[in-house]
Amino acid sequence: METVVFALLNGLIYGLLLFMLSSGLTLIFSMMGVLNMAHASFYMLGAYFAFTLGQHTGFWFALFLAPICVGAAGACVEKWGLRKVHARGHVAELLFTFGLAYVIEELVKIVWGKFAVAYEIPPELNYSLFELFGSQYPAYRIFMLAVSIAMLAGLWYLLKRTRIGLIIQASLTHPHMVSHLGHNVPRIFMLVFAAGCALAGLAGVIGGNYLVTEPSMAFSIGPIVFVVVVVGGMGSLEGAFIASLLIGFLQTFAISIDSSFAEIFSFAGLSADGDIGRITIASLAPMLPFLLLVLMLMLRPRGLMGEREF
Amino acid sequence: MTDYSLDRVPDLAPSARYKFATRVLPLLLLALILLSIPLFEPSRTWLSLFNAIGINMVFALSYNMLLGQAGMLSFGHAVYFGLGGYAAMHGMNAIENASYDGGVWAAFPMFALPLVGFAGGALAGAVIGWPSCRRAGVPFAMISLGIAELVAAAGFMFISVFGGEEGITGDRMNGVELFGLSLGPLGEVYWFIAFWTFLGTALMYAFTRTPLGKLAQAVRDNPERVQFVGYNPNRVRYLVFIAAGGFAGLAGGMSAVNYEIFTPESLSVVPSGLVLLMAFIGGARYFAGPILGAVVLTYMQSNLSDYSEAWLLYLGLLFIGMILFAPGGLAGLLLSGTAALKHSLSGKGVLRAGAFVTSALMVAAGVIVLVELAVRHSNGFGEAFETFGFHLAPDQMMPWAVGLILAGVGIGSLKVLSRQGGVGS
Repeated sequence: METVVFALLNGLIYGLLLFMLSSGLTLIFSMMGVLNMAHASFYMLGAYFAFTLGQHTGFWFALFLAPICVGAAGACVEKWGLRKVHARGHVAELLFTFGLAYVIEELVKIVWGKFAVAYEIPPELNYSLFELFGSQYPAYRIFMLAVSIAMLAGLWYLLKRTRIGLIIQASLTHPHMVSHLGHNVPRIFMLVFAAGCALAGLAGVIGGNYLVTEPSMAFSIGPIVFVVVVVGGMGSLEGAFIASLLIGFLQTFAISIDSSFAEIFSFAGLSADGDIGRITIASLAPMLPFLLLVLMLMLRPRGLMGEREF
Repeated sequence: MTDYSLDRVPDLAPSARYKFATRVLPLLLLALILLSIPLFEPSRTWLSLFNAIGINMVFALSYNMLLGQAGMLSFGHAVYFGLGGYAAMHGMNAIENASYDGGVWAAFPMFALPLVGFAGGALAGAVIGWPSCRRAGVPFAMISLGIAELVAAAGFMFISVFGGEEGITGDRMNGVELFGLSLGPLGEVYWFIAFWTFLGTALMYAFTRTPLGKLAQAVRDNPERVQFVGYNPNRVRYLVFIAAGGFAGLAGGMSAVNYEIFTPESLSVVPSGLVLLMAFIGGARYFAGPILGAVVLTYMQSNLSDYSEAWLLYLGLLFIGMILFAPGGLAGLLLSGTAALKHSLSGKGVLRAGAFVTSALMVAAGVIVLVELAVRHSNGFGEAFETFGFHLAPDQMMPWAVGLILAGVGIGSLKVLSRQGGVGS
């Protein structure tokens, strides 16, 4: 019971963090039809910007300023980079963002050093909020939960209930029609790209001190974000939401189960000495998302909620 | 009514001379280079660099069978390199054991170990390719990424096969000697690498001339039409995938003999990314492109990393620059450069080309100055960037300004030049 409740809570928080990353990626994908391989790099930039800004302005200003800076960086990348490659097709765009991920990681190493920086949870939130089954539950995790839900609600309201959201949704599906109506579609694309990057940056601000802020953080979370977007169905925000939670729960549950294959399959006579018997469920946790990705692409290529095969 | 008899149709087939010049001569040239390298009596450092280049050449060419020929973007090609290499590694140990207690492996020469790698890579390609080649484009890329992560994670998990973190090691000086090579000294390993590099390159070139190779190009350009003609594009992709996996495994087998060690790191997405960079920077559209890319990148990897900590940044910038301005890669740049020179050998054309090159070099120099200053500033050892007799200290304003001005003027003149007419025209 205890492990289940903790795994549920942590899985929810991790899942929502993943959604914050994947929602931006999904928006960008449905707009340009290409997966932004550098998306997690913007997440990393968010964490590092918040670390540096936080030293001058404190965490609370950084919470707003850092995503804006990341969004501005994203806008520059779109305007002077992606837009030029766009005419050459999706593979060229994919490759461009792939190269960008390298460059951003190396720049981060130069500016902030090769090792983890001391980006810490603000002292105002560094206490235990409540006690659950005799263990303390940190307030910061609940704060992450609140920020994620606020972002979710804000995004939903913006896309579904405002005029801007209407124009964005229209440009995703009918860019020519929207531009005939007198809207500047390239600028809308740039803004959506910037907003997606800003969301990734926000995830970095609240995730960087929860996890670790180091140059390899983009590389470790990036592939999982793709898994979310592909499993959820390319271009579907609802699908990305479900897939984020699914993978969040899957990973946290797997980590909390410490039994090995030998214990589980002892009825089948599996010994604990062999390689397979020694594998624990917890050690399988990092592999599970990719297993899910491969299975999903083979069995149901349009993902959970996707409307079309991509 | 005009009657066209068959003998009046002009012969469109390429002349024997043309065939020789484009198909045989480049391979002869490669053989000549490979044969003449030992004449210069290279040092051990150079020899090990040449060996690494040979391995990467075969690896990058095998990757380009996918990317350049069949249009399949893979983020997990090192899986086949690694699995082939592991197969060869186990073969090497089997030879060593058989040399004590006898067995089938005792008759297997160490020199032929890359064949084991080829079999391992092709088998892995056949197994993994079956589910993943049913999709093309971005889904294929994503599946390859997922499989690369899976296999790399499994590599660390199955210790008896992959040896865990420290990998498995072997000894290449066992078994039957072929061509009188004991494979002990580096000079003899060079001949081993040269032999397989040439054979791999020649075979992969021959593959592009087969009906399957031509079909792969057709699938890349227009899969729908291939379907109309009566072929199954997925089947073509699958067969090319197996062949590419086999040649990647061949490179893995060469690497197993050269380094005598294989670790699960070699299966991961990092070497997969590197081989993608090699093929693309060299020029994925041309057969010789990946060869150029392998030479340049391996050289950068082993030498530039001594000069600069930021070599990966340069690599990334080079890659992005290539995507933005020269999608044909180094090979494309070379070809369009020579073609432009041939066609417009006027003073103006040469002047324009010269201006282009000068401004590009200025941008490169400016960026290098800025990056090197930033690296030294960030390390905080108070070190200066010493180059060509210049002493550029990061705590002064002047060097930064020099870098900025160089890059700025270069970019500005490139813009002006390209506005006057496209690149290479």
